[in-house]
Amino acid sequence: MKTIARELLFPLIAVVAAFIVGGILILLVGDNPIVAYRLLLGSALSWPDGIGYTLFHATPLIFTGLAVLVGFRCGLFNIGAEGQLYIAAFATAWVGITLANWPPLVLVPLCFAAAILSGALWAAIPGVLKARFGSHEVINTIMLNFIAVALVSYFTQYHYRVPGDPIMQTATIGEGAHIARFGQFVPGFPERIPLNIAFLLALLCCLLVYLFLWRTKWGYEIRATGSNPSAAEYGGISIRKQIVLAMAVSGALAGMVGINEVLGYRYRYYDGFSDNYGFTGIAVALLGRNHPVGVIFAALLFAMLQHGGIYVDGFSEHVTKDIVQVLQGIIILFVAAESFFKWLVGRSGSSQRLRVN
Amino acid sequence: MRDVFTLSLIASTIRLATPLVLAALGGLFSERSGVINIALEGKMLAGAFTAAAVTYAADSKLGMGNASPWIGLLAGVLAGLIIAAIYAVTCIKFKADQVVSGAAINILMIGIPGFLGGALFLSSGSTPQIPKDHLLPQSPAVIAIAILVLVAAIWYVLYKTPFGLRLRAVGEKPEAADAAGVSVSRLRYSGVLLAGVLAGLGGAYLSIGQSSLFTRNMTAGRGFIALAALIFGKWRPVQTLLACLLFGFTEAVSIQMQGVFKLPSGEDIPVQFIQMVPYVLTIVVLAGFIGSSRPPRALGIPYQKEK
Amino acid sequence: MLELRQITKRFGDVLANDHVNIVVKPGTIHAIVGENGAGKSTAMRIAYGFYTPDSGEIVVDGQVRDIKSPHDAIALGIGMVHQHFMLVETMTVAENIVLGAEPGSAFALDLKSAAAQIRQLSEEFKLAVNPNEPVEHLSVGQQQRVELLKALYRHARLLILDEPTAVLTPLEVEEFFGILRRMREQGKTVIIITHKLSEVLAISDEVTVMRDGKVVGGVQTKDTNAAELARMMVGREVLLRVEKPEPHVGGPALELRNLSVLTATGAKRVDNLTFEVRSGEIVGIAGVEGNGQTELIEALAGLVEPAQITGEIRADGRNINGLGARVRRELGIAHIPEDRHRRGLLLDFSLAENSILGVHYRPPIAAYAGNIFLDENAIQRRATEIIEGFDVRPRNAALPARALSGGNQQKLIIGREYHVNPKVLLVSQPTRGVDIGAIEFIHRQLVSLRDKGCAILLVSAELEEVTSLSDRLLIIHEGRIAGEVDPKVATLEEIGLLMTRGH
Repeated sequence: MKTIARELLFPLIAVVAAFIVGGILILLVGDNPIVAYRLLLGSALSWPDGIGYTLFHATPLIFTGLAVLVGFRCGLFNIGAEGQLYIAAFATAWVGITLANWPPLVLVPLCFAAAILSGALWAAIPGVLKARFGSHEVINTIMLNFIAVALVSYFTQYHYRVPGDPIMQTATIGEGAHIARFGQFVPGFPERIPLNIAFLLALLCCLLVYLFLWRTKWGYEIRATGSNPSAAEYGGISIRKQIVLAMAVSGALAGMVGINEVLGYRYRYYDGFSDNYGFTGIAVALLGRNHPVGVIFAALLFAMLQHGGIYVDGFSEHVTKDIVQVLQGIIILFVAAESFFKWLVGRSGSSQRLRVN
Repeated sequence: MRDVFTLSLIASTIRLATPLVLAALGGLFSERSGVINIALEGKMLAGAFTAAAVTYAADSKLGMGNASPWIGLLAGVLAGLIIAAIYAVTCIKFKADQVVSGAAINILMIGIPGFLGGALFLSSGSTPQIPKDHLLPQSPAVIAIAILVLVAAIWYVLYKTPFGLRLRAVGEKPEAADAAGVSVSRLRYSGVLLAGVLAGLGGAYLSIGQSSLFTRNMTAGRGFIALAALIFGKWRPVQTLLACLLFGFTEAVSIQMQGVFKLPSGEDIPVQFIQMVPYVLTIVVLAGFIGSSRPPRALGIPYQKEK
Repeated sequence: MLELRQITKRFGDVLANDHVNIVVKPGTIHAIVGENGAGKSTAMRIAYGFYTPDSGEIVVDGQVRDIKSPHDAIALGIGMVHQHFMLVETMTVAENIVLGAEPGSAFALDLKSAAAQIRQLSEEFKLAVNPNEPVEHLSVGQQQRVELLKALYRHARLLILDEPTAVLTPLEVEEFFGILRRMREQGKTVIIITHKLSEVLAISDEVTVMRDGKVVGGVQTKDTNAAELARMMVGREVLLRVEKPEPHVGGPALELRNLSVLTATGAKRVDNLTFEVRSGEIVGIAGVEGNGQTELIEALAGLVEPAQITGEIRADGRNINGLGARVRRELGIAHIPEDRHRRGLLLDFSLAENSILGVHYRPPIAAYAGNIFLDENAIQRRATEIIEGFDVRPRNAALPARALSGGNQQKLIIGREYHVNPKVLLVSQPTRGVDIGAIEFIHRQLVSLRDKGCAILLVSAELEEVTSLSDRLLIIHEGRIAGEVDPKVATLEEIGLLMTRGH
């Protein structure tokens, strides 16, 4: 129990401290922090719009948070979630367009598979590069992000756009690929709110990730590799295999953002749809202490901030929605520096950086 | 006809490569001292925003006329320095993870310019336009010479001064430097702060040299391309300069030369593929396919003495 | 010239230096001897400012000084050459030597005058080097000369050398002695830290012997001999001698033939070993650390790249060269590693999760749904068996391994390996950092395993332990077997000499 309390304490301190610093900044630009924060957070609690949109915004953050989490547990830094989700979203749309006339019973699973497999593949690339050549996954994933965005943009522009459509987006996917929005089965909930069953999938993934990491032998091997590669090797675990596996699983999770976006929201691939989900996923994972339950809470917090940002922007004198990024950045800084506090107390960090020789 | 194309292409290359060169060389100092610097993007944004804002203020509010861009430049450098200081303290004093801290700075810098911009200029993050004659010198020749002088100076500092020697030692084998009585943390602070200065300078050039205002997320990944150039240039000043020129060239081509390079079938090469070139090259180099790419050996590892 | 008074230094729960008193007279060559872990390096690193003592004083030239960093030590004229060279491989000799005290101005590094000064020092002390050569191209002996020049360049009057001959060939050692004598002629004071008694006798004027963090003696070299020094170094109160029945020895379970192990850079650490371990016996390997034991055990456990190994390893008659760690475990080879924190435990994981390391991937631990899901009950069962069977305290399987004392951590590891009923057990330093009560327990467990038919290869730097536990005793020196003795009759001095002299 004491460890759980201690685990909760640090993120809480980081968040509170960030809000205090943010409050000072708001004061400096001439607004009232209390009012601003009430707008920021309060707007997320209204029904149905506040809660609906917050949960909708939280969905991709849960996926990317889980993706980064799995990487971290293996000692890897997956900054490539952004690229992975773009590739996956496009792949999903592609299946949905190409097989538009297929029955939903077959089409939907195929689209799911497209998202998961393409994300896994795109993440496996830096995984293999690290396992085989020892090249650092941080740089490679950042590079692959840009490549992914360019690649997908190319396909959209030159091959899958509806002729005459000025917007950079593909044609719509077949009806059979659509997945249900909450409005279709929750009484009183409007269908215009894009919250869809992908949110439930996200929650399911939290459970699956938990089971995977803490209840299966594969998860044990991944966590052992992240905790102490020398001891893992001693125990007969192949470090190289774990690296590729962890990255692939990570990418698969990031890829599921495509399911939410394409099958549940826009029903097509829309270029530039991601509002920094990949990077925010890093913040979500760190704040959530690299645990699926923490990720849910952190994702909800960030989603609330994201949703509230628009209200703050509109209704306050000087504060813009950028306050959201400012708060996020400060939170991560405090969470990162928190390892200093831990070091003071005598423990070392939860996962060491992995080096392959 | 061809000559006109070539001249303007060279001019474009220089203009586009300049912010990259500045940021990349800043990253050079930081990484050579052993501190990973993925926060170049954030430092550039800080410099770009501050330079534009201060230049505008100096010009229209204080009426400083031709001196405005230089004041703005100074302010931009200062901004880069402050951001770098935050990054340095977090990573060196608190021994926080350098990649995480860098990511934090980048996220922060997506927000802060917009936040301050909204407050000061009631805009969605852009600064108001600055009149053309109150910007930094535009002529490619002047800029090229300035850059060359800078690269030469940096090369000299890195390889021909005691400071440079110690910096490199600290990045390769901090224990050796420590045993020789050199302060590892002091040198790493220097490296990171220099990165802030140069990256801030690069950002400033972007907003008040290459254009005439600051827009939201203006750097659009240039900080990462600079990092890629640094890696591609194997952490050496001259090679990094060449890498930046190459990447600047690809960007210039993608803008200007639509329709000049063609595929065998006669179609245009899509712009996205040209945009991808710097990133693909970096991955290839990092994996060791083009010569050995050996980063400073102590890169990314916080230095801890007592074992 | 230098005096350490009552220096005490603690690292965690290890007392590295316990009220250490050393007096070094100017113009002498002073040797500090002791086994690994005796505290010699720690004491000297304190003198050089790498560590600060918890209590005690450092006196230089009669005055108490506060040495907080190498910078202070260098300013006082103290130079140190470390066991693992502190050289930047990619830089040249000259650059390495002048680092921190560069000639020229802040704006211009004057490497030319540096090279000139280096050449001058080179001449004076007969330390031939090429100032412009990158250090990575130099032989080890040459690198050492660079390290010496580094200290001399900074006007060191006292040079501390940590295990200077560990990496030299016999010929280079002779040259090295010449250099030391020349330094003494020039009025320098030299401290060498070593465990090689023959060299101590050959070159030093005075000797200080350390053991377990304390100084146990200080003598004039001419008044002593190797046997006396060896006894001071390794002797301790006779501990519990393990009562063990006669072994029932079977066929060879582990055979080595012409086994050599290289480091990644090509240095030979294990040199053409041939011996066997039969089931039901304990074969001990005694030796000062750093003579190849670590590499030997890691190679046998499957933790060294096959490219670095030549020769044959057979388990139960079957050639296991090239097989990985997991396969070797499955063949019945268990391993209690030398470094329990680095190799043996996942410190942030619970005791329960640590107890299954190595068997986590197959039944009964991984048992559900196609042997993918872990059987929590099976894990708890195993953890409890180990915790209770091996007296691991506190008896809480949910605690992180980090929370246990060294002795309990070791008991956990031993219990874990014991539980796979191994045919071959590789054990390295089983009781390092372990309290007395646990030591006795661990020894009994090893004997009991032996009596079940396991073939045990025991590596230990603790002579008492390795002589009382082994049925056969091999002495290792510089990667080779220096000799085999009968542990029941061999004297400590005899063994100590083989360990430190190699013959």
